[in-house]
Amino acid sequence: MIRVPLWILGALLLAGIVHLSTVLAMPQAATQDAYSRLAPLAPVNTVVPLAPPTAQAATMPFMDPAFAVAVCRYDLSSGALKLNAPVSLAYTSVTFYTRNSVAYYAINDRAAGRRAIELDLMTAEQHAEMPEEEDVTAADRLIIESPTTTGLIVLRALAPEPGLMAMARRALAGAQCRIEQAQQ
Amino acid sequence: MRLFFGSCFTLLLAAVIGLGATWLTLTRGVAFGSLTISGWTAWPKSGSVDIDPYARATIARTGELPIGTGDGVAFYAHTDDAGNSFDGRCTFVISGMSPAARYWTVTLYDPEGRLVANTIGRHGFTSAEVVRDAGGRFAINVGPRARPGNWLPSGGIENFVLVWRLYDTPIGVASRTTKEGPMPAVVRKGCA
Repeated sequence: MIRVPLWILGALLLAGIVHLSTVLAMPQAATQDAYSRLAPLAPVNTVVPLAPPTAQAATMPFMDPAFAVAVCRYDLSSGALKLNAPVSLAYTSVTFYTRNSVAYYAINDRAAGRRAIELDLMTAEQHAEMPEEEDVTAADRLIIESPTTTGLIVLRALAPEPGLMAMARRALAGAQCRIEQAQQ
Repeated sequence: MRLFFGSCFTLLLAAVIGLGATWLTLTRGVAFGSLTISGWTAWPKSGSVDIDPYARATIARTGELPIGTGDGVAFYAHTDDAGNSFDGRCTFVISGMSPAARYWTVTLYDPEGRLVANTIGRHGFTSAEVVRDAGGRFAINVGPRARPGNWLPSGGIENFVLVWRLYDTPIGVASRTTKEGPMPAVVRKGCA
């Protein structure tokens, strides 16, 4: 009988391990995360506008209906990516997510300080391989390092009132993401 | 024999408690580093690489994309300032001044994060369209029946969630205190 508390103690320790490992494994095991939801809608390395959320259907939960949204599902395995997003009149932001939906970088139109948000996205290895002189001439280029080879770029443009949604969508329609040509 | 039953009991108990704890934490949306201002709670770290494992697991399960730290911050409310849960049959009034942000939006969702169907197709307000009084204060009526002024229909659903999103804001980036506010007050006005 004296063993019972020991068994329970063992069970609690094991339960802790089960709990922590399932929490840590969840991002890898999830089949309905944002990337998986967008994979059938968004071809790789192309900016695709998302349908505005309605009461009946939404690509993801908790989307802000005041925003026009476009995504670029990227894959850097064949080279670095160039992103060009014209800013709309009200508010435009670009957020970078890893394959597992971790937002690792976000910038808005004011921080970008230009008519367009222009960025180069590459993995740490691609950044390290960049010729040094190019790094110097490209001093004004904003280079973002992606922690994962694949991920999501989400572009959001605010429609301050419903009538301006068309304008916000038009602004995002001019956005581009494409793989840079490999250096000769 | 006793060893066998003991081991089975231990393994079963461990599985039940461990998986139960995971299920509970992920459905309740447990995350660390929350910032609460009156009834509104935000998790600013969820929009950065400092996101904790619980929040990571939660967003992987629900499929949402958290708002990035350089973009803004999202405050969630499930109850009014007095702790009354958001019942779609009651009328709540959100009132106050605009928080420090270039733009803000307030949106009404069901607990799963879906928009709520209503006759006028309104799911929220932005700072640019909300009607203010001469002093710059606004009041938004959230309820099942049409109201003059800013009316945010709740569709009469049992429970709803309000999300207040601040874009291009210093709140949540540097602040750890709740002095940053004031976030708008939410008060229940009566139930149908």
